[in-house]
Amino acid sequence: MPTLHLTAEEEAMLGGRDGEAVALAMRVIVGQARISDAPRLVEITSAHVDSCLYHGQVSLDFAHRLADLGARVRVPTTLNVGSMDLIHPALVRDHELAAAGRELMTAYVGLGCTPTFTCAPYQLADRPGFGEHIAWAESNAIVFANSVLGARTDRYGDFLDVCAAITGRAPYAGLQTPEARRGTVAFDCRPLGEFLHSELAYPLLGHHIGSVVGDGIPVLVGIPADVGEDELKAFGAAAASAGGVALFHAVGITPEAPSSVEDLPVRVVELETLQHVRRELSSAVSELDAVSVGTPHASYDECVRLAELVVGPPLALPFYLSTARATRDRLADNGVLRVLEAAGVTVVVDTCTYVTAILSPTWKHVMTNSGKWAHYAPGNINVSPILGTLAECVASARAGRVVLDV
Amino acid sequence: MIIHGRTLHPGTATGTPIRLTAPLSFWGGTDNQGRIVDAHHPQCGALLTGRILLMESGRGSSSASSVLAEQIRARTAPAAIILSRPDPIIPLGALVAAELYHLNLPVVVARYDELPDDALLHVSATPAGATITV
Repeated sequence: MPTLHLTAEEEAMLGGRDGEAVALAMRVIVGQARISDAPRLVEITSAHVDSCLYHGQVSLDFAHRLADLGARVRVPTTLNVGSMDLIHPALVRDHELAAAGRELMTAYVGLGCTPTFTCAPYQLADRPGFGEHIAWAESNAIVFANSVLGARTDRYGDFLDVCAAITGRAPYAGLQTPEARRGTVAFDCRPLGEFLHSELAYPLLGHHIGSVVGDGIPVLVGIPADVGEDELKAFGAAAASAGGVALFHAVGITPEAPSSVEDLPVRVVELETLQHVRRELSSAVSELDAVSVGTPHASYDECVRLAELVVGPPLALPFYLSTARATRDRLADNGVLRVLEAAGVTVVVDTCTYVTAILSPTWKHVMTNSGKWAHYAPGNINVSPILGTLAECVASARAGRVVLDV
Repeated sequence: MIIHGRTLHPGTATGTPIRLTAPLSFWGGTDNQGRIVDAHHPQCGALLTGRILLMESGRGSSSASSVLAEQIRARTAPAAIILSRPDPIIPLGALVAAELYHLNLPVVVARYDELPDDALLHVSATPAGATITV
């Protein structure tokens, strides 16, 4: 087991030179470094903080303790979703949760974090580049940053994220190190053929591969060269939820993917397997109470595509779109938001429909295009999900019942 | 029987074991009463409060550390957590609960396969090492 070596600067921070807040944050970072067998710490260029999502009194106690001790972040720090839509507060049914959520989000802004309130910080203009050491929390943000951007973050939990932001340090361990970033098992997706051009392939593949590899590092073979960031987002989010995937490689697509998988065990992915996953993630009913898309937050392109789909016959069911407030601003500027809202789409920002009481508790069957939403919604908000493409979600909302293309 | 392990967070605890057959994420996987609510988990419905939780590792969400810390504060957490491989997120919840509330939930890495499921276990974890006594 290596001994953790701290620089003189880091020793001073731990010893209280920069105040008790930095010392507390350093104790958390050093504690984590010891758990991870890190030989040293690494300086980070940005942080993404998941801790602003309210999980009970402990969330507030920690943020207030930091604030009372005078903490300030020392690297650019974005905030994940909170438990409240600050722009549409009336959407949140649980007023106690809304008040606590607002208090927590405000506390993190007070520490110097940027009020982005999105689980997809990689959709913002400033995003980390290849090889940058960062400290991001929130499982889908982590897997996207590592895999698609080639930045380096380990799988950080709540609390560690803000402590890294306050100290500018993270343990040099896990996915911060090059040796931990090699693929562990290859998945040959070529038998999926044309289906790989369907957006549905990606949440299903993610769920399947996450279930198989746990926290291993899958290497995907056969993904079409024109796959978009939204599909990679859907894949990563589902793989991080169903397993603990924090990094994947897609040969020919992602920046650190190997050119050959000869030295890895190979698993072949058949269409039948993904059809089974779809059935597993969907309740076999035709009745439907509502639709909720955008988990992780819908990108600008996805919102525009939704706007194109909802023009026409009216939606017969409640339809929720979760996106980032920055994306909503762009949509408002060019009139797309007006199209969505005129069609009856409820736009939710700053939070997500599966972490906050927004959907009616009487709704039992809710359709989504997200493997992650479908995975967590039964436990979180007690609904049976149905997984479909964005077009299927719109067609179903129009028909008032589940309508699938295949 | 005594099994030795590595301490991820120090503390002492006594309780009966509950052995999970699949990894669990505290966030999305347990409620604030300490019950498993992950519909996909084979032991959905089981209560973890006060038990010595044996599981391979954590899984999924980064928020698991917050949820565990809140359970420690609310006294609905397991009495101790024994993992078969180190997990970075679970001990973090224990570390923060200790900073804020001076409550210590031991988190240990040990090969627990031989431990009986029906006996009282005592866990003692110090920075130097951990022991699990039947």
